[in-house]
Parts: sequence; C-alpha cells; structure tokens
Amino acid sequence: MQPEKQSNSPAGKFLQSVSEAALVPFLAILTAVIIGGVIILVVGGNPFAAYMGLLQGAFGNAKAWSETAVWATPYIFAGLAVALAFKGGLFNIGAEGQLAVGAVVSSLIGYALPGWLGFDLPAIVHLPLTVILGMLMGGFWASIVGALKAYTGGHEVINTIMMNYIALNTTSYLLNGVMKDKSPTNVIARTPLIEESARFPVIFEGLRIHWGFVLALLTAVFIWWLLNKTTLGFEIRTVGLNPDAAKYAGVNVKRTIILTMLLSGMLAGLAGAIEVTGLNYRHELGFSIGYGFDAIAIALLGKSHPLGVVLASFLFAAMRNGATRMQFITQLPVDLISVLQALILLFVAADAIVRYIYRIKSKGERVTLTRGWGG
Amino acid sequence: MDWKRFGFIGLVIVVLLGTVVMIGQVKQAPLLIITSMLATTIAVATPLTLGALSGVFCERSGVVNIGIEGMMLAAAFFGWLSGIYMYHIFKLPPPVCIGLGVFFAVLTGGLMALLHAALSITFKVDQIIGGTVINILAVGLTGFLNRQLFFGKGSVFGGTVPSSPGVLPTIHVPITELFGGICGGAASCLENVQAVNRVFDQKPIAMTAILLVFFSHYVLFNTRWGLRSRAVGEHPKAADTVGINVVMMRYANVVIGGLFAGLAGAYFTIESVPSFEPLLTNGRGFISLAAMIFGNWTPIGAWAAALVFGASQALLINMQIFRDVIPPQWAFLQESYIVGLTPYLLTMFILTGVIGKTTPPAADGVPYEK
Repeated sequence: MQPEKQSNSPAGKFLQSVSEAALVPFLAILTAVIIGGVIILVVGGNPFAAYMGLLQGAFGNAKAWSETAVWATPYIFAGLAVALAFKGGLFNIGAEGQLAVGAVVSSLIGYALPGWLGFDLPAIVHLPLTVILGMLMGGFWASIVGALKAYTGGHEVINTIMMNYIALNTTSYLLNGVMKDKSPTNVIARTPLIEESARFPVIFEGLRIHWGFVLALLTAVFIWWLLNKTTLGFEIRTVGLNPDAAKYAGVNVKRTIILTMLLSGMLAGLAGAIEVTGLNYRHELGFSIGYGFDAIAIALLGKSHPLGVVLASFLFAAMRNGATRMQFITQLPVDLISVLQALILLFVAADAIVRYIYRIKSKGERVTLTRGWGG
Repeated sequence: MDWKRFGFIGLVIVVLLGTVVMIGQVKQAPLLIITSMLATTIAVATPLTLGALSGVFCERSGVVNIGIEGMMLAAAFFGWLSGIYMYHIFKLPPPVCIGLGVFFAVLTGGLMALLHAALSITFKVDQIIGGTVINILAVGLTGFLNRQLFFGKGSVFGGTVPSSPGVLPTIHVPITELFGGICGGAASCLENVQAVNRVFDQKPIAMTAILLVFFSHYVLFNTRWGLRSRAVGEHPKAADTVGINVVMMRYANVVIGGLFAGLAGAYFTIESVPSFEPLLTNGRGFISLAAMIFGNWTPIGAWAAALVFGASQALLINMQIFRDVIPPQWAFLQESYIVGLTPYLLTMFILTGVIGKTTPPAADGVPYEK
C-alpha cells in the first residue's frame, strides 16, 4: 500500500478529484469496449475495423464533429433531467415521454401560433415562446408523477413508465389525427414544418450544428449552479440523501419532490423542444425512441454531475453518430451500439465489478433509489 | 387481499365487459360477447400473471425486480430464435422445436435473473438501477442479434426471417362433450355451452400460469421453503440468526422469479404469435409489477389484478371488432390510441393506494449486510 498523494494547489486538487471521479467510469467504458470487441468477433466481424469506423464516423472531419454535437444536444438535456432527479433521490425513467410531449407542444406552437393570431411573429418572440412552452409541457408531464409520489407515495419508477406509454399513445393519436401534416405527399405521422421564425439558426453555414447546442452547454452550467449554489439545490440534494433528515431540518419534502420532478421534466421537455426548433423543424413519430433510456445511462456514467453528463453525452453521441460509418465499413448493424451502451451502463452501475476487476478501493459512496413501492 | 380490493377488481371487469356488451349486442348475443371477452382476458393476462408471480418471488425474498420487462423480452427473443434454429438448422420436427423454444425461453429468463441476483445480492447495486441495466441490456441484445442474425453479413438465412415452427396448440377442455347432454339436443342451448367451453379452451402456457398461481400460493404460505423465503424478505438478520442462508435463499428466489418471467416471454413468441419484433413486451413487465403491488404481494391477489389488465386489453381488441357499430356519442372508443390508455391509467390509479394501502415485505430492496 502506498500513501495517497496529496496535492495542495487548488488546480491540483481539482485535477485529482476529477481523475478519481473519472477513474471508474473510464475503466467501465474500457471493459465494455473489450467485451464489445469479443461480441463483434463472435458474430464474425473485425473489432478493430469496427472501432476505427466508429471513431472516423464520429470525429473524422468537421461534418462528423458537427453531427456528433447535434446528437449530443438532446442527450445533454435529457441526461441532465435524469441526473437532477437522481440528485433529488428520484428515478425519472420518463424522460422519453416528457421529451415527446415537449416536442409535440413545441411543434404545435411552431407551426400553428401565427395562424391562430392572424399575424406573423418576429423570431425574437416566436422562438423563445416555442421553446419555453415545450419545456413547460415536459415539466407538467413529470410533475404529475412528482405530485403522485409526494401525496400518495405512488412509486415514480412505474408511474413515469406509465406516463411514457400515455405520452406515446397520445402523441400517436395527435400526429395521426389533428396535427398530421396535411400535405398530399405525406403518408407518415408527422406535423407540418414549423415557421422560420420558430427555428434556431445554425452556427456555421453548411453544417447542421445549431445554437441549441450552445444552450445545452449553458444549461449544464446553470444546473450545476442551481444544485450547488442555491437554497433550492441544497434542498433537492438533502431530500435526495435523506428525506427524513430533510423533513426534520425544516425542508418541505413534498414541495421539493414535486419541484424536482418539475425541473427534471422541464429539462427533458427542452430536449424535445430543441430537437424540434433546432434540428427537425417538426415532430415525427418515433424520432425519439431510446433517448429516455440513453439518458439514464448518461446520468449514471456522468455520476449525475453536470460536467460528467456533458462528457457522457459526447461519448454516447459519438457512438450513435459513428455507428453509421461503422455499419458502412463492417456491415455490423447500428444496434451494436445499444449493446455497447448497455455494457457500459452495466459496469458503471455495478462499479463493484469494475473495482473488483481492477482492484480499486471503494469510497463507500452510493445512490439509493430503492425506497419501497407506493400503494 | 381484502374484499375492498377484490370488489374493485370485480367492478372494473364488469364495467369493461359491460361496455363491450352494450356496444356489441346489436351484432352478437351478449353471452357470446362475454365468453369471448373472458377467453381473451385469460389469454392476454397470461404474461402479466407470470410476470407478477416473478415479482412476488423476488420481492417476498427481499429483492426488488423492475427487470421483469427485460427478462421477458430476452426470453421471448431467445425462445423464438432457438425454435427457428432447431427447425431450420437441425431440421427437428415442429413440436420438438416449439417445446425446446419454451425451454430456452425459460432458461433465458433464469439467466437474466441470475445476473440481477448477482448485481443486487452480491455486488449490492441499487436494485432499481440493476433492474434498469437488465432492461436496457435486453433491448440492446435482442435488437442487435435480431438484425445481425437475420440480416447481417454472413447470416445463415440470407437476409430474411425464416418461418417459425409455429405456436403452441389450444388444449380442448371437453365441457361440451360432458355437459352437452343437459341441452337435450336444443341447438341454441348447445351453442351456449360451446361458447362457455371456449373460455376454458386455452393454450398450455395460459393454463400453466393459472396452475402456477395456486401452486405458488401453496409454496409461499404452506411450506418450509415459503416460510424461509418470506423470512429473508421480512427480517434477514433474524433469519440468518436461526441458520437460514439469506444469500442462497435470495439467489434461489430471484432465479425462480426469472424462470416465471421466461415463461411469460415464451407466451409472446411461442404461444401468442410466431414472430418477434423489437420491444414487443411493450411495458407489460412493468404492468405486472403494478399487479403484484395491487395483489399485495400474494400470488392469488396478483392474478386477480392481472385479470383486470387482461380485461382492459380485451376491451381494446373487441373495440376493433365492433368498430363499425360504435354509436356516435361513444366515438372515442373507436380510437385505439385512446382505449389503449386504459391499462396505463389503471396502473397509475391503483398505485395511488386509493383502494387501500398495501404493505411490501419489510426488507424489500435492502441489500443484506452481515
């Protein structure tokens, strides 16, 4: 056993804490990549070619970088949504549904509002309105679950999943019905295109990366500030660590639970709103399949820290983006990425396995989400 | 289970059946509608019943299992896949392939559960996260293998999904033959007896599920094994003190739960329809958990709750059959997306505890530390 190195300068301390926090996630990714390579070998592929394709597709040129950032944008929002809920001791599996309802409302405001008002809106009004209403819809959707948790004890895990299915059904109903794009050539369940005034401009001409990406990074900073520098953030974290102690200390636990879900849902709603206003300019059925679950993996991988979430989002975005190139080179299906992500999640969640393999001592820090069922 | 709860279950089922009878009676006799609804209810409640039993075994021994959905999905895929391989590669006769398919589905469920047990018991991972890992892993693996094995490079089936060996047959219960005599040859009476008969003519997994409900109830509440399982879920320390191996009991019960979930998976691809599509379980693993909670962690209670969800699914199916005779003031019943909300809304309603509080096992979800 060697004595732990102590660093005295603040920068050194920061680096040390970052490298300690990042060690297990890094080893988890490494282990998943190795096992993924074995799986590729078993199904008859070449793991090196596959991973090279993945890297090229994700970072090979300016366009690849831009696409990775485009993928990362909703991941950052949705990952922050799950991470914030984790901090408050809540497991929001419903980012998927909150994202979908946010996207539905955003696209509705985006294409229909000028028509209802009878005059065109300037972008400075229309765009924020579109984004904010989508965000609020996501928040509303999640706060229902928060209220059920606070007042009846109904477990948020099952309720958010049920709300996902309710969102999916309702969205399908709307997108196949009243909100369907009525243009004669359209046969799929999607809304009309939103107005120019409700769209985020792209950052560089010719690339799809848009200002929503910058907003995502700013939001991550904001969430860090909210959690660590405000009373509300303190209350959220206290309730997350120990609701009984929080109650004893005078925190309104019910209110905090609802607020946590509201904020979490707003972030997920933002993910949907930004996809509509920055990228797709409409909502299409099935575009968001899997964001909600990826977001859980991202939040866990990022240890629920905003910076960690941003980094994990980039990793997942790079994998999703690079997968197409990998499929082109090696003919391995894109779904391989889902297996890799599941393995990463497995090793991050079960960090005991990683610690066991690489002989790392535990710090004894652990999230607790299993706190009994409602009913 | 108390009478309030059973009363609520009865009421919901009556309302759901009544809705269909009210709308369908212009097209079909009420008895025919009721019997066909009941038959559908029992059939579609099968995976929910088995899923809820899976949950009961896990949670009675103190392990929360939200991975049932993933276990079902993986089992549905691997059961179906092994059936196809046996049929096309090893050229076995279809009944053998189907039987082996069920076997491999159950085995898959057990293996997934073993992973969950290792995560939650040995590695003491938060059990909700462990279950989520199972779910995401199942979605990833089945999606990847489904595409790779049938459409990938070097696929033995050359880019198409080959025909499956088929589904399990319906078992005929000879009610008409036994009781048909009381009609004395009256055709309409005989028709009614046949209609009632159809409720009992179910497929093997559906029948097994019902037998397993009562068997599980007996095992949990009347055997030494059951007592020990419940003891490690209520007060593991006390159980340990009297010499019960807590870790072993928990492992065993979680794996048994996995076998049930595996059988539920087999229902989807080997009993119901002979095909697989990604994400086909569609949340039924989670609805099973709600049934388990509403059934207060008892097998019979969970089965009753599963029947409610089965009935709400039967409503959806029947509304499509009677689509053309739905009166205009009930037009919303035409929308399958709206009627399809019923099980989800019911689940959320049940979890509010308005119909009476339930009590989970005291050590549910708590890893055991010596």
